Amino acid sequence: MSLSRRDLLAAFLGAPFAAIACRRPVRRSLPPGEIVGASDRVGHRLREALRPSTDSWTSRDVVIVGAGIAGLAAGWRLTHADLNDYSVFDLEPVAGGTARSGRNTTSQYPWGAHYVPAPLPENRVLIRLLGEMGVMDGNEVAEQYLCRDPQERVFYRGAWYEGLYLSAGATHDDARQLHEFEREIDRWVAMRAFTIPTALGSQNADVMALDRMSAAQWLDAHRWTSPRLRWLVAYACRDDYGATLEDTSAWAAVFYFASRVPAPGKPSQPLITWPEGNGRFVRHLTNDRVETGWLVTSVIPTENGADVIAASRDGSHARGIHAKNVIFAGPQFIAARVIRDYRDVRDFVYGSWLVANLTISRSPESHGFPMCWDNALYDSPSLGYVVATHQSGRDSGPTVLTYYYAFTDHDPRVSRERLLSAGRDEWAEVVLSDLSRAHPEIRDITERLDVMRWGHAMVRPYPGFIASAARREAAQPFRSIELANTDLSGVALMEEALYHGVRAAEAVLRRGGRDTATYL
Amino acid sequence: MTNRTPLLFLNVLIIASCGLIYELLAGTVASYVIGDSITQFSLIIGIYLSALGVGAWLSRFIDRDLAARFVEIEIAVALVGGLSAPLLFFGFARLQWFQLFLFLIVFVIGVLVGLELPILMRILREQLDFKELVSRILTFDYIGSLIAAVLFPLFLVPRIGLIRTSLIFGFLNGCVGLYGTYLMRPLMDRVAGLRIRAVAVMSLLVVAFIYARTLTSISEQELFADDVVYATSSPYQRIVVTRGASGFHLFLNGNLQFSSADEYRYHEALVHPAFSAAAAPRRVLVLGGGDGLALREILRYPSVQSATLVDLDPKMTSLSKAFPALADLNRHSFSDRRVHLVNEDAMVWLTENRERFDVVIVDFPDPNNFSLGKLYTTRFYHLLREHLNPDAAVAVQCTSPLFARRSYWCIIRTMEAAGLVVRPYQTTVPSFGVWGFALAELHPFAPPASLSLPMRYLDVPTLASMFVLSPDMAPVPVEINRLDNQMLVRYYEEEWKKWS
Repeated sequence: MSLSRRDLLAAFLGAPFAAIACRRPVRRSLPPGEIVGASDRVGHRLREALRPSTDSWTSRDVVIVGAGIAGLAAGWRLTHADLNDYSVFDLEPVAGGTARSGRNTTSQYPWGAHYVPAPLPENRVLIRLLGEMGVMDGNEVAEQYLCRDPQERVFYRGAWYEGLYLSAGATHDDARQLHEFEREIDRWVAMRAFTIPTALGSQNADVMALDRMSAAQWLDAHRWTSPRLRWLVAYACRDDYGATLEDTSAWAAVFYFASRVPAPGKPSQPLITWPEGNGRFVRHLTNDRVETGWLVTSVIPTENGADVIAASRDGSHARGIHAKNVIFAGPQFIAARVIRDYRDVRDFVYGSWLVANLTISRSPESHGFPMCWDNALYDSPSLGYVVATHQSGRDSGPTVLTYYYAFTDHDPRVSRERLLSAGRDEWAEVVLSDLSRAHPEIRDITERLDVMRWGHAMVRPYPGFIASAARREAAQPFRSIELANTDLSGVALMEEALYHGVRAAEAVLRRGGRDTATYL
Repeated sequence: MTNRTPLLFLNVLIIASCGLIYELLAGTVASYVIGDSITQFSLIIGIYLSALGVGAWLSRFIDRDLAARFVEIEIAVALVGGLSAPLLFFGFARLQWFQLFLFLIVFVIGVLVGLELPILMRILREQLDFKELVSRILTFDYIGSLIAAVLFPLFLVPRIGLIRTSLIFGFLNGCVGLYGTYLMRPLMDRVAGLRIRAVAVMSLLVVAFIYARTLTSISEQELFADDVVYATSSPYQRIVVTRGASGFHLFLNGNLQFSSADEYRYHEALVHPAFSAAAAPRRVLVLGGGDGLALREILRYPSVQSATLVDLDPKMTSLSKAFPALADLNRHSFSDRRVHLVNEDAMVWLTENRERFDVVIVDFPDPNNFSLGKLYTTRFYHLLREHLNPDAAVAVQCTSPLFARRSYWCIIRTMEAAGLVVRPYQTTVPSFGVWGFALAELHPFAPPASLSLPMRYLDVPTLASMFVLSPDMAPVPVEINRLDNQMLVRYYEEEWKKWS
C-alpha cells in the first residue's frame, strides 16, 4: 500500500475515524478478492477503433446500444411487438449495466441497483413486467418478493436500532420536526406531484420551484435543524443520488420520499428485492439478441437510419451494422463520444460509487436490533450494507454482504480520481475498517472481498437540472436516433430506465407503422 | 510428630470424603448424560473399588520418601478428581468414546485414592500401635464416607452443582497435600517443589471455579433450576439439556422445549388430533420437532409408511439420536427405517421440494425472533398448502392462548388468511401452562372424535374437550402475520415480556 493505513482511512472514512481505528494495529492479512468491471479502461483504449472491413457489414432493423435496463427493456418491447430483427450491444462481458449481479457458491448478490418499490397503479409498464416475471399475485406483489421484515436498521454508538430514522434518544423537538416533515411530504403526496415514472408527474410551478433550491436550502427554509432528520434526508440523497444535501435538488429529495407513498397518511410502498437485486430483471430481459463484449465506437446518422461500428472487447476485430433504427441506451456522456456530431451534454453530471461484495462465513454478531436487509451506519460516509440471503430465507450460516459507498464530492472529477486512486487492497482495508465499527469480527469472517469501481454510476439531480432545457431536450430523438437511459429523467432509477427503453422502442415501432398500443 | 497425629486423622476424614465424592460425581454425571443409572452406578462402583485395590497393591512399590510421595498423590488426586466433573461434561460433548473416557477417569482416581491410605498407614506406623492405627484410620475413613454420602444428595448436588462440587473437593485434596508438607516436614528433605505444585494445582482449581461462572456453558448452571448435563452451541441456537428430580429438560436459547415429566401431554395433543382427522395417513411431514418426540407418536401408527422430518439444526437432531436419555425418550425414532431426516430451513425446504403429505405436524419453537417468525407467515402457510394431499390434516403448535393471546390468534388468523380451514384447540402441560394448537385442513371438517390407539393422556372425552376454549382465550382482533410485517414477533415480544 502506498498510503499509510491512517492516511487511507482518513481519506475515505474521515480523519477522526482513522485516528480511532489506527490506535490498535491490524495485523491480519486481507481476504482474497479482485476488482471486477466496469470496463472504462477498455472503452478509453478502443476510442481509436479499427475500421471494419467491407465484408463485415450486416443490416439490422434496430440496433440497441447498451444492455443496461433501458436497452434490455427496449429489446423486450420490440420482441413483444414481434420485431425480432434487432441486436443489443454492450462493452461489458455481462449484461445489466448498473443492475448487474454476481454469484458464487454462497449466494447471488447485486453489484449495483438492488430493489424497486412496489409500483403504484400509474407505473403500468413495471406492473406488466412484474406480472410477466410471476412477481404479481393478482393486483398485489406476491409476499415472497417483498422485502422481508425487518427491513432496515441503523448503527449508532455501539448498538443497532430498528429503522433508518434514529428514534432512540430523539428529543421532543426531533419528534416534532419529523412529524412536520412527514406532514409536508404528505402535502406533496396529496397533490400527486411526484410519480414514478417521473414523466407522469406534475410540471406545475410549485413543483418545479423546488428544483431551484438544494435539499439543504429546503430543510433550512422549513427550519428543520434536527440532526436525525437531516441525517435521514442526507442518507436518502446519498443512497438514491450519490450526492450531498447541498448538491441535490430539493425536487429530488421530495421525490424520493413522496413518489413511493400511495396516499397521504399511508406508509411508503414496500420494496421488491431478490438476492441478486435488480439482476433479476436483467436475467428476465436478456435474450439471445444481446451481444456482450462489443464496444460501439461510433454511430453515424445516415439518410436511411444510422451506421453502427462496434469493436470486440479484445480489440481484434470490428464490424459494421447498417441499422434502420438505433436506440442509444447508454448514458449521455457516452452518447457524446459515440454519436457523430451529438449535442452538448455538459449539463449531465455523474457521481462515482464503490461497491464491495463480502462473502462471509457466518452472520456477524449484533448488539441491539438483529440483522436486517439494509444495515446503515450513522457515523459513516458509506451507506452500509445489504444482506444477499435476507430474502432467500436462509437466516444463518454464510452469506454475502453488499457494501455501498457513494462519492459525494461536489466535483465528480475529484470523485473519480479518488475512486481510482485506491486499488482492491486499499478498498478492502477501507471497507473492513468501516464495517468493523459495528462488527469487530468482520476481518475474521470475511472469506472474500471483491470490489466494483463505478466511475459514472448515477446521474446527479443537482439543483436546477431537472427543470433544465438541456435535460428535457435530451430525450428528443437525435436525427433518427432514439435516446433511452435513466439519466434523461435526471435521477438514476430502474423504473426510469424501463420507461425510457420502452418509450424509445415504441417510437421505433410507430415509425415503422407497427403496433402502437403503449405499455406506458 | 506425635502431637500432630490427630490432625493427620482429620486428613483421613477429608481424603475419604473426597474419594467417595468423586465416585458419586462420576456415577451421577454418567447417569445424567447416558441414563440407565443402575448400570452406570454399578459399573462405576465396581471399577472404582477395583481401582482402589490396584492402588493398594501398587503402594508396595513405593519404598522411599513416603511423606513426599503421599503429598504428590494428594496433588494428583486434587488435579484429576477436582477436574473430573468438568472433564466429564466437556468430554461428553466432544468424545465418541465417552464411556471409555469415563471409566478411565474413574479408574485413575480410584488408583490414586487406593494409594493414599496404605502409604499414610506406613507413615504413621512409627507413631502408633498397629492395632490403634488400623482402628483409627478405618474409623475416620468410614466417617468421612458417611459425611460425603449424606452431603452429596442433600446439599452438594442441589445447592452447589456437580461441577463446583468437584472443584471444591479437589481443592480440599490440595489443602491436605499442602498441609502435609508442614505436618510431615521432619520426614521430608525438600518441600519447596511440592508446595509449588500444590499451590499451582489449587490455583488452577480456583481459576476454574471463577472461570466456571463466566463460561457460558457453566454459568448456565445458574440460569437453570437443575444441573446442566449437556450444552452446545450450533450456528442456529444454544442447546441445553438439564437433569433434575423431575427428569430431563431441553432448552433452546434458554426457552424450555419439553420436560420429560409431562411432554407426553404436549406431544399427544400435537400429533393425535391430526391423525384422527386424516383417515389412515401414510405420508407424514414433521417441520421442526428435532427432539424426535412428535416422531415417536407418529411412528405408533401402522398406516404410516414414511415420515419426513425437516429440522434446521443437525446438532439438535444428532443429539436426539445419540444422547441416550433423549433417544430412549423418543424411542429411537430417528433409527426407524420409515424416517427421513432433512437438516434444512423448513421454509427453504418447502420452496424447493414438491412432495405431498397426508399429515403435517408443525412444531417450531415459539416465534421469538424474525427467523422463526417467518415460519408462521401467510407465505409459509401458502407454501405448506402446496404440500398437502386433498384430505390432509395439519397440526401447528401456536404458543399459549392464555399468556400470549394475540400471538395465538395471530397464528390462527394467518393460517386462515392463507386459505386453510382452522380449528383452534388447547391443552394443559404443567411445565408450560395452557398451550395452544391449530388443526387445519383444506376443506371444512368436523373436530376429531375418535382415537385409534390407546394413549396415556388422551381419550375421546379429553380429545373433545381440547377444542373448547374458555372465554379468557377467546379471539381478539389481530393483524395477519406476513413476511413483510412480521407482526407475530412483535405481538409475541410484547406479550411474553409481561410474564418474564
